[in-house]
Amino acid sequence: MKNYRKVLGLTLAATMAVGMLAGCGSTATGDTATSQTADSAASSADAATSTAAEGGTFKIGVIGPLTGAAAAYGSAVANAAQIAVDEINAAGGMNGYQVELKSEDDELDSTKSVNAYNTLKDWGMQFLLGSVTSGCSIAVSEETKNDNMFQLTPSGSAVDCVKYDNAFRVCFSDPAQGTASAQYIGTHKLADKVGVIYDSSDVYSSGVYQSFETEAANQGFEIVSAEAFTSDNKTDFSVQLQKAKDAGAELVFLPIYYTEASLILAQANTMDYKPTFFGCDGMDGILSVENFDTSLAEGLMLLTPFSADATDDLTVNFVKAYEDKYNGEVPNQFAADSYDGVYAIKAAIEKAGITPDMSISDICEGMKTAMTQISVDGLTSSAITWDASGEPTKEPKAVVIKDGAYALAE
Amino acid sequence: MLSFLNYFVSGLSLGSIYAIIALGYTMVYGIAKMLNFAHGDFIMIGCYMIFTIVSTMGLPPVAGIIVAVIVCTILGVTTEKVAYKPLRGASSPLAVLITAIGVSYLLENAALLIFGADTKSFTSVISWSGITLAGGQLKIQGVTIVTIAVSLLILVFLQLFVHKTREGQAMLAVSQDRGAATLMGINVNKTISITFAIGSALAAIAGALLCSAYPSLTPYTGAMPGIKAFVAAVLGGIGSIPGAMIGGLVLGIIEILSRTYISSQLSDAIVFSILIIVLLVKPTGILGKNIQEKV
Repeated sequence: MKNYRKVLGLTLAATMAVGMLAGCGSTATGDTATSQTADSAASSADAATSTAAEGGTFKIGVIGPLTGAAAAYGSAVANAAQIAVDEINAAGGMNGYQVELKSEDDELDSTKSVNAYNTLKDWGMQFLLGSVTSGCSIAVSEETKNDNMFQLTPSGSAVDCVKYDNAFRVCFSDPAQGTASAQYIGTHKLADKVGVIYDSSDVYSSGVYQSFETEAANQGFEIVSAEAFTSDNKTDFSVQLQKAKDAGAELVFLPIYYTEASLILAQANTMDYKPTFFGCDGMDGILSVENFDTSLAEGLMLLTPFSADATDDLTVNFVKAYEDKYNGEVPNQFAADSYDGVYAIKAAIEKAGITPDMSISDICEGMKTAMTQISVDGLTSSAITWDASGEPTKEPKAVVIKDGAYALAE
Repeated sequence: MLSFLNYFVSGLSLGSIYAIIALGYTMVYGIAKMLNFAHGDFIMIGCYMIFTIVSTMGLPPVAGIIVAVIVCTILGVTTEKVAYKPLRGASSPLAVLITAIGVSYLLENAALLIFGADTKSFTSVISWSGITLAGGQLKIQGVTIVTIAVSLLILVFLQLFVHKTREGQAMLAVSQDRGAATLMGINVNKTISITFAIGSALAAIAGALLCSAYPSLTPYTGAMPGIKAFVAAVLGGIGSIPGAMIGGLVLGIIEILSRTYISSQLSDAIVFSILIIVLLVKPTGILGKNIQEKV
């Protein structure tokens, strides 16, 4: 038993050291991103002037994670944008000009996202559709702000993604999702007593929860239990569920991702607790968890801007075109956001009478005003409008899981 | 009262998982005197084996567990031979500790490469749903009862093995004084290999029960439970086999009760504070023996 205390002491020291290194790692990435920003800001002015005089076609750039952990999101955006551009070109283009599209991969890394932006700028991009994820969008928006490049993120939901006036988004912001969820539950009288389980270590989850809590007061239902978990402690949810059950919650709101939600559903089932579960867009994907018993998700509701099962002509045609072009893959809400994004760009170009020979900065100025004047009937809502802050106004759709598939809730 | 009992049962259920993982941890530490930080990742590999056999190939759970035990045993013995044995003579015990952390990351990233980052839903290897008491108010899950029973079986088996067999006696001798054991004709390398084989086989069994209780499988599934089980082993007295069992159960109950009555966000902070307090007040843990160093 020699060196007993020493070994334990060293172990703890080592564990802490690893923890600290992990911390340093992420800070370092942040630093690189910032210094990169400073470097490329200097060179951006030349690039902006050199591309101005080309003319002839509009060039739209897409940035997103085409490979890596969020590849499903990035490739959906790139694929759907291509479909929209092909349709528009076949129908005579935007404002009479043909459109070119180019997608660059950022692998869900904000530094690579900025690199991708610079690559696209060299190519002659005039409009940016991206980035797909919040962190990358925020990093790139520092660049687009400097260049005064028009930026429309299809799916960056964090508040800061559109903090500059040249940036707009297609999806709901995090707070808007919480508010919309509370309004939906209130208007449809789904429950009087509501429990919440959220991830306090995640910006998305706690952001949605806070606005949900604020709006709940106006909607005539009561939040009887609000329990958190953290990213380090997300296997056992028995306490959170038991508290909701003891408090008599008839509906449990889960503003979290589907990975944890699949565990919560399984544990609630073993506890014989069967409230209505209600999620946001992060819940989209629960049916695709490998080997997941979809009967556990029966009756689960989620607020999402898009359902591939909708029967309106626009959705049916889009889903068919997407499946035909991409080997039968069913488009998700990211694809829908992207498709609507391209059409929003088209509408704004035509409203402002923009032509490809204008400078990037002039295009952006024209787009900024035009975006607030257009109304787009898209896949994610009819009559989407934007205000100058960059936020869309649209009607969310609730989807319910029935017989192992998504169906529109009435 | 009834709700307290419900939470207590949840604590037992979580604690039984920690206990079964801690048994493997403490076994390896007790004999080889090294902390195998990759233990949690052996568990994860075991889970993926069962998942592949049972859910992808459609074979019965027993076949999955047998394959997982074999794969984990081979993995454990190989890791020991390749990564730990060459460092056994190193001047600092830190060398092998850092290597263990390296092995842990290696296994996680290899799993990421082979099985992907997507969450997989694990089919429970235990089909029994459990017993219901107090008119349906109190439910004890089948997997909890099985886990506790299996932990007790393993506890008895390990105690008998260590105290009654030649190999077990050799392990005791190696744990007390490696040099003297060599002089007495004990093959230290073989003894440590056997220890790793048993420890890793236990990891496979722990994995089957962990994923049956919490049916979600990613390459990081084993990491956090592994660290918690380490805390449990220290709490019970690292190196002590009954100590690991008690430490695991106590830790699970503390975690669930603190989450219930104090804060659902602070439970991890409380669990790790306990580790620090134990190390300060009673470094040998609940059942650990304080052996004087002789010169």
